[in-house]
Amino acid sequence: MAKSIKIRAKEKGGVTTVKALMTHPMETGGRKDKKTGKAIPAHFIEAVVCKHKGNTVMTAEWSGGISKNPYISFKFSGAAKGDEIELSWTDNTGKSDSMSSKIK
Amino acid sequence: MSNEMKRRIFLKRSLAAGTVGVAAATGLLAPQQVLAAWNKAAFESKELPAALDALLGSSEMSESADIKVKAPDIAENGAVVPITVDAGIEGVESIAIIASNNPVPLVANFVMGTGASGFVSTRIKMGKTGDVIGVVKAGGKLHSAKKEVKVTIGGCGG
Repeated sequence: MAKSIKIRAKEKGGVTTVKALMTHPMETGGRKDKKTGKAIPAHFIEAVVCKHKGNTVMTAEWSGGISKNPYISFKFSGAAKGDEIELSWTDNTGKSDSMSSKIK
Repeated sequence: MSNEMKRRIFLKRSLAAGTVGVAAATGLLAPQQVLAAWNKAAFESKELPAALDALLGSSEMSESADIKVKAPDIAENGAVVPITVDAGIEGVESIAIIASNNPVPLVANFVMGTGASGFVSTRIKMGKTGDVIGVVKAGGKLHSAKKEVKVTIGGCGG
C-alpha cells in the first residue's frame, strides 16, 4: 500500500504545530450506491495516534463524520527541531498505516 | 460474505490486534489508552447526551467564552467543513467535536497527551444546518462552545 499520510511539523518558539493529511475514503456506512441501491459498507479511520520520542502527544478517535481524505492539525510543546514525529492511523477494517517526519 | 472472506478479515484483525499488543508490551502505549482505542457506544450513538455519557462519563457542560470554535458561517459543501477548536484553558485533557444535527452527532474526540495544547483543527461532514459544538474536558469538567453553520448541500447522504 502506498503511503497514505503526508505530515508536516514545524517548531516555533517552543510550540510545534503538526499538520497531516491522510488519504482515505471515510465511508460512513449510511450512503447508498446510486446505481445499485445497495448500501456502501462503512470504511473509515477510527483512531489516529501521534507520537514524539515514544510519548503519545495526541490520540484522535473518529466516526465516519470526518471528511474524506482527512486533515488534522494540532499543537504541542516540548519538541525541538530535528526530532522525529510519528503519526499512524487504524481504520474499522483493521488496516493501518504510519509515517514519520522530522520537525522543521 | 463467504467463509473464506470472513476468515481473511478475521486474520487481518487479529494481526492488527497483535501489533497493538506489542506496542502495549513495550510501553509505547499506556494500557488505558489501548482500552480507550475506539468507543463504539459513543460513536454509534444517535443521541447527543448518550454519546457524551459514553465518551466522557458525563453530559453536563458549561458554556465557556475561552473556547473558540472556528467554522464558516455558510458551508456550501457539507462534505468538507473546516473546523478549528481553540481552547484558552489550562490542562486540556480532550476535545470533542459534535455536529448536532448529524445522524451520528459525535464526530471526533481528540485526546491530548504530553505537552499538547488545547488546539485542534480538522474537516468534518455535516448533513444539514446546525450547531457545531466543541466540548473541552479540562480538570475533570466539561466546557463547551458552539457555532452555527448553515449547510447548503448536505454531505451525509448519497
